[in-house]
Amino acid sequence: MTSAELTADAARRPFTGRRVQWGDLILQVVAGGAALGVTVLVGLIIWKVVEGARLSIQTYGLGFIFRVAWNPVLGHELYGAGSFIFGTAVTSFFALLLAAPISMGIALYLTELAPAVIRGPVTALVETLAAIPSVVLGLWGILVLGPALRTTIQPWLHDGLGFIPLFGPPSSSGASIFTAIIILAIMILPIVSSISRELFLGVPSELKEGAYGLGVTRWEVVRGVMFPYASGGIAAALILGLGRALGEAIAVTQVIGGGVFIHWNLFSGGDTLASKIAASYQGSTTKLQTASLIYLGLILLVFSLIVNLLAQWIVRRSARKHGIVRGGHA
Amino acid sequence: MSTQEVTGHGLRVDGLGRRKAVNRLMESLAWVAALIAIAILGVVVFSVARRGLPALNLDLLTKDPIPFSLTNQPQGLANAFVGTIVIVSLATLMALPVGILVAIYLNEFAPAPIRNGVTMILDILNGVPAIVIGIFVFGLFVVGHGQSGWAGAFALACLMLPLVSRSTMEILALVPNSLREASLGLGVARWRTTLSIVLPQSVGGILTGTVLAIARVAGETAPLLFVSSFVGTKTSWNPLHALQSVPVAIFELSESPDPADHARAWAAAFVLLMFILLASLGARWLATRNRRKMMGR
Repeated sequence: MTSAELTADAARRPFTGRRVQWGDLILQVVAGGAALGVTVLVGLIIWKVVEGARLSIQTYGLGFIFRVAWNPVLGHELYGAGSFIFGTAVTSFFALLLAAPISMGIALYLTELAPAVIRGPVTALVETLAAIPSVVLGLWGILVLGPALRTTIQPWLHDGLGFIPLFGPPSSSGASIFTAIIILAIMILPIVSSISRELFLGVPSELKEGAYGLGVTRWEVVRGVMFPYASGGIAAALILGLGRALGEAIAVTQVIGGGVFIHWNLFSGGDTLASKIAASYQGSTTKLQTASLIYLGLILLVFSLIVNLLAQWIVRRSARKHGIVRGGHA
Repeated sequence: MSTQEVTGHGLRVDGLGRRKAVNRLMESLAWVAALIAIAILGVVVFSVARRGLPALNLDLLTKDPIPFSLTNQPQGLANAFVGTIVIVSLATLMALPVGILVAIYLNEFAPAPIRNGVTMILDILNGVPAIVIGIFVFGLFVVGHGQSGWAGAFALACLMLPLVSRSTMEILALVPNSLREASLGLGVARWRTTLSIVLPQSVGGILTGTVLAIARVAGETAPLLFVSSFVGTKTSWNPLHALQSVPVAIFELSESPDPADHARAWAAAFVLLMFILLASLGARWLATRNRRKMMGR
């Protein structure tokens, strides 16, 4: 290459530079536009749900949230979210109560106890549980699990512990809050256990070995070292599981039986916010009823936003405490 | 002093036995917990297979349902299978490019505050209940325009988007920086580096994430109830009209009192479950293979 050619090449460089910058600019604008689009989408979701619920918000105000009523009869229309919020709280709480210890057990088994050969396959199987579509789980719940519970565990608990209001007489169909709780617990299980497993894997081995060196048992290492170390993450995992339980509509609609009342009998029917919306998708006859259903959706959206932000905040706080930034929810 | 030592000693021995017993108890409980999870999976898959397989035949996939049929004519759910194929394909076409672009922007271009902010928004979107997405799309497209396959595809795309973006971000972060630097050092522009060096490295991972996202939304019922559920019984490939889908069909058949409907619901559930389990396992296999390839490099 002669020096003249080199000079010519150098003279051309600003041009190639500029052309290249155009390419950068286009990709940045297109990709940045997509990222902006996601942000707009979330805003749009909130706006559209509020707009859809407006008629009901204007009619009932905040009183809607606590009123126990759902009367679509024309002329006597009256709607409220009270019983559905109660149903959501009861089903989610008991599902979490059931799933939490089992999830911890699975996570501990997979990190501490399982032989190396079966560790991989068992982890895969537990995660496969999360892949079962809710409608299939609901189909199984209404046709297999519900009838089985009604004839076995429910009468047994009712006879033995019937003095506790939770264990009242079983419903005739097998559809009950209890069935919904079990189905939700099955859905939460893989979520909480796979996050907890990752948390337990992240406990520094120096800490565990130090404890073992003091002669404590495996359970004491788990209780004294691993749980405290992972406590923040476990809380976040449980909250994410709660979020899943709150929002599940289809499977709950299939198994819970329906009804607008507040009662403590787990073996009878009820409804959650999500299941009421899903169950009413065909029947809405008036604008006020549709708006009220969307108002239920708005309450659900607010709950899930709170749960989500709370989990993210806990993860960030515990990551800062350990001086590390975890993948996933950094 | 010495007596105290003795009791202390005695207590310790006692305590050790108790502590070992507690440890054994807790270990067996953890073992039982793992067993419970696998048993549940086994029971559900077995139940669906036992009831679904006898009802499974070619008619299910090729014949349309017959409304109010009194005769024993063969009928199937062809309209639902076709609808699911159309809706999920369109949803993938919408979510995949946008999801990858979002991930490219966040991982390759965005300053840290924007990256953290948008990542948080992706997590929020991921946490919005599917039924609320259904209400949103109902308000956005269905009110005034009526239900359509497009609206259903858009609803599923909203669910796929955060899944595709997050998995693509994770895989882009694994591409070694030395590759980017080598390319930039050779004078290749940033956009070309991103599109022809970084992205091809991540194709395997993006594919895995996409397959998982498809497996996840193919079984979604809630978002479709409000936007693509009032359907006829004829097979249609036209997304301008409401299309039936497999999950919605299972949901409706499961609420029916007719045992023949239940049989078809089980058969459809079996097909759906097998598709989703195979897709998940396939994606898992792809992921391990891919990771090994990246490690070997």
